[in-house]
Amino acid sequence: MNGKKLLAKGYLWLLLAILYTPILIIAIFSFTETKVLGNWTGFSLKLYTSLFDGGMSHSLLSAIENTIIIALVASTASTALGSIAAIGIYNLKAKPRQAVNFLNNLPLINPDIITGISLFLLFVWLGISQGYTTVILAHITFCTPYVVLSVMPRLKGMNPNIYEAALDLGATPFQALRKVIIPEIKPGIISGFILSFTLSIDDFAVSLFTKGNIGLETLSTYIYSDARKGGLTPELRPLSTIIFVSVLVLLIIINKRSERQAQQKKV
Amino acid sequence: MRQKILRFFTRRSTWASPYILFLLLFVVLPLILIGLYAFMDYEGRFTVSNFTKFIEQPEALNTFIYSVGMAIVTTCLCILLGYPAAYILSDKEFNTSKTLVLLFILPMWVNILIRTLATVSLFDITGIPLGQGALLFGLTYDFLPFMIYPIYNTMTKIDKNLIEAAQDLGANHLQVFVKVIFPLSLPGVLSGIMMVFLPTISTFAISELLTMNDIRLFGSIIQENIMLSDTMNYGAALSLIMLLIIGITCLFDNSSKDSQLNQGGLI
Repeated sequence: MNGKKLLAKGYLWLLLAILYTPILIIAIFSFTETKVLGNWTGFSLKLYTSLFDGGMSHSLLSAIENTIIIALVASTASTALGSIAAIGIYNLKAKPRQAVNFLNNLPLINPDIITGISLFLLFVWLGISQGYTTVILAHITFCTPYVVLSVMPRLKGMNPNIYEAALDLGATPFQALRKVIIPEIKPGIISGFILSFTLSIDDFAVSLFTKGNIGLETLSTYIYSDARKGGLTPELRPLSTIIFVSVLVLLIIINKRSERQAQQKKV
Repeated sequence: MRQKILRFFTRRSTWASPYILFLLLFVVLPLILIGLYAFMDYEGRFTVSNFTKFIEQPEALNTFIYSVGMAIVTTCLCILLGYPAAYILSDKEFNTSKTLVLLFILPMWVNILIRTLATVSLFDITGIPLGQGALLFGLTYDFLPFMIYPIYNTMTKIDKNLIEAAQDLGANHLQVFVKVIFPLSLPGVLSGIMMVFLPTISTFAISELLTMNDIRLFGSIIQENIMLSDTMNYGAALSLIMLLIIGITCLFDNSSKDSQLNQGGLI
């Protein structure tokens, strides 16, 4: 290994070390009972067990439940809406397609705070009281564009004649959709769903502006109000660790899938 | 007649319509509402007082200028640290592992609050006081992956023949970089700037946590005003100013995020 290569590798690993030190600290201190970070009070799994046996505070538990329910509903709805929309957009004429693509990109360009505030104003203007429904609608709003973008490349890679062939052979358009198009774009749909799910779980700003004041908390908004009060609930450390490891595993799976698809394409 | 209706619903381009309606209601209308509310007073009458208040009130204006400054510094730091990393990651000579790339972009998918709190705990443990320095570190830490990813993406797509052609024509390493690689990587840098600069101006939670509520960025001011019904219109005006900045930044970057996402690759 020559000097230049060593330097390059060294730089990468140094940067990675800085990026991961804070996360590692949280992970390490999830294995001790201390209330204050940095104060090691001996190895213990108590924080992990209290996560699962209901030993932790009720509000954290319901925040976790809300986060998962919202993510499941929102990502399912976005996946359905976005996949059908992608097929539609793909078959639009050039001009309207560009227009819809532009609209589809708006939520991607806007920072979270703008998406959150604009939807907050919409619900105020419509006089809708904010809560579960508004948070889910807001999450569908920022997740669906990602579904459209992950389904679109599959449609572009598809042979356009097989849909026509199915119709010629007597399939109704809905049969052709179910038997021809959907199987072809399925990998894109699955990636879109996973992407939406992680985005929804991860969201903070949009949820904060659309959750209203009925006491609904998601994990992110719970952490926020907790941190503002000063201390962090110790159970958040094992929870963050678990979330971090799950995200890592999910991403590796998605990545392996897309690598495999790329290889299949080459073959 | 029935035939016509049936044909309308089975035409694939029609399937885009539910999503187009959805986009109009949940993306376009809310953005218009920001503009409407910004020019209204508490009772719904037309006024520009929200904007004169912004110019006359030193606190909001100063925070705005300070936030833009912090965002510029953060963006520069991210380019300085991220560009070499993206270059090394994309160069086959130094790195062939996709997993290493994944490790760099993984923090993008970890909750920003958790990452920020992790940095806070790092400062606590090492005894470094929180404040402006900590805020800069935290912002750079939070947004660095968003700079590395688009630059890496553009660099891997540079046609290797161009580099070889330059070498064949007698360019040395430095010349190849300055004349070929750097100009071709600029679209990635621009996307990175979009993904770092805009969210930095508009962050609100991060600055509160990293400076113990000492320093507030523009996002915090927007958030405080929009949530209270009697300053909601002022908050909308501030959001409109934020939208204006987004518009200006977009002018510099025509190849918005979708070109990154459309090209597939990692996620």
